[in-house]
Amino acid sequence: MQTGRTWKSVLGLALAALVAAGASAPVSAGDDIWQDIRRDVFDNRQVSEDGLVTLDAPYRAEDAAVVPLTMHIPASAGAVKSLTLIIDKNPSPVAATFEFGEAAGKGDRMLSTRVRIDSYSNVRAIAETADGTLHMATKFVKASGGCSAAAAKDADETLANLGKMQVRTFDSADAKDHTPNMREAQVMIRHPNATGMQMDQVTRQFTPMRIVSEMDVRRDGARIFKMEGGISISENPNFRFTYVPGSDNLIEVTAKDTEGKVFTATSAGKAS
Amino acid sequence: MPQHPSIGRQIREVFPNVTALLAVALLLAFTSLARAVEPLPVEEIAPGVFAHHGLYEIFTPRNSGDTSNSGFIIGKDAVAVIDTGGSEGVGERLLAAIRARTSLPIKYVINTHMHPDHLFGNAAFAGEKPEFVGHAKLPRALAARGDRYMAINKELLGDAFGDTRIIMPTKLVDDRLELNLGDRKILIEAQPTAHTDNDVTVFDEKTGTMFLGDLLFSKHTPALDGSIRGWLALIDKLAARQDIQRVVPGHGPASMPWPQAVEAEKRYLNTIANEVRTMIKQGKTMSDAAETAGMSEKDAWLLFKEYNARNVSAAFAELEWE
Repeated sequence: MQTGRTWKSVLGLALAALVAAGASAPVSAGDDIWQDIRRDVFDNRQVSEDGLVTLDAPYRAEDAAVVPLTMHIPASAGAVKSLTLIIDKNPSPVAATFEFGEAAGKGDRMLSTRVRIDSYSNVRAIAETADGTLHMATKFVKASGGCSAAAAKDADETLANLGKMQVRTFDSADAKDHTPNMREAQVMIRHPNATGMQMDQVTRQFTPMRIVSEMDVRRDGARIFKMEGGISISENPNFRFTYVPGSDNLIEVTAKDTEGKVFTATSAGKAS
Repeated sequence: MPQHPSIGRQIREVFPNVTALLAVALLLAFTSLARAVEPLPVEEIAPGVFAHHGLYEIFTPRNSGDTSNSGFIIGKDAVAVIDTGGSEGVGERLLAAIRARTSLPIKYVINTHMHPDHLFGNAAFAGEKPEFVGHAKLPRALAARGDRYMAINKELLGDAFGDTRIIMPTKLVDDRLELNLGDRKILIEAQPTAHTDNDVTVFDEKTGTMFLGDLLFSKHTPALDGSIRGWLALIDKLAARQDIQRVVPGHGPASMPWPQAVEAEKRYLNTIANEVRTMIKQGKTMSDAAETAGMSEKDAWLLFKEYNARNVSAAFAELEWE
């Protein structure tokens, strides 16, 4: 996974990219980055920007360390295997990959999270439908410094509460905008999601990377989605999503961070 | 009748190229003007207590970072400076304002919190060899943000950024610290997380004057970078204090009556907290809240567009954990 890179190798890659860019044909810089990502992440497969998926993002971010992004997949898309969230200019462009399970359903689907954005960048949501084709929505976001920013407004509180979780389901009335029979839920985890790029200048050391790298979200035992996350997900990772209601609508979440710590919680309020 | 030659003609006769002479004279005059530091305007708000009223603006090359209030207190033996403005240049002008009034040593430079508009003038005081006083959590906060603060503000201020650099505190306050300026005691109190997680207040016992730093905004939209719950709780605690006669806000008039001064800020923060709580209960999102919460306060504040949505987002991220 790309998130395992240290900042030094990120820097090395950036330098290499600069050298390469200087030598390559005059393609626009933004497109160049995207073509590299398409090659590395999607094995050069065709990605069509056909309007099937939509992405809501603020044009100018209020806080580059906490930029809300919302993705919509309509019922017309049918079954969707996965959704990949890309931030072109971040040190590690793949922000997260979501693999959907049966409880995600095939109706109008929504997934939203909050990310860090390091410089003015294109943000992309790419869905892979059941037939194996890739569909992309792109938004340009003006934000800078999200990855090296010290987001913690109260650094002691963040550490003291690490691993605390909250799982919330919303009344069906709240999901009335969606195709009938979809519900919404939200998962929040107290976690610094440290990028490894935030420097402690007292010690002149980079705060080691520590992120929520995996998360499995189920409803009554059936998977809604499984996430692989990177350093671009904001501190206190926050996900809100639709799901198909079941018998008990018990949402269960298991998350794991890069230190191997496992966090679990359910919508019944039992957190461990 | 023969006329006496005019004075001008006499000079012209002596100095044939008078235009060049004038140009040289003007150039010299401007050069020395540019070198002399223009003292920052300050007001004596209580005997021996001075405050500067910063502009209600964000950093621009034009304002050089003079966008926050600062001040100083003169005792029998020494001077304490409270905040230093947003660039070395503003700090130099504050130093000039102090030196226009006293030659006593500047023993303490107190930074009320981590934000650049309040402490980027520190460098101008380094030559005075004071103790730089701050909250025990200030070094960590600056360590985490220093590089970004430098980069962002260099871009905003352009040439006016000058030799601005970050000076870390040399004396930390984790609870209370009393300083004696000679027949004048001032009390520094480390506050719990409110505007930031490293706010200190500075109280001059002699005159009952409290420098609140950015715990108090007036006219300028408050900026939340700590805890909205903590800030509201602290406002109530400070408003109940009987020993405070007047306060100096971090942004607002140089001197304000207490506790009336804090009413507008309290109303603004309560409005945001209440509206955001309601929206969280209704299942609304952070983006929904950023667009609508607090809008009833729009006309009551300056720089509302620059700060409100961000405050709402920060409040949302805090209150959704309640």
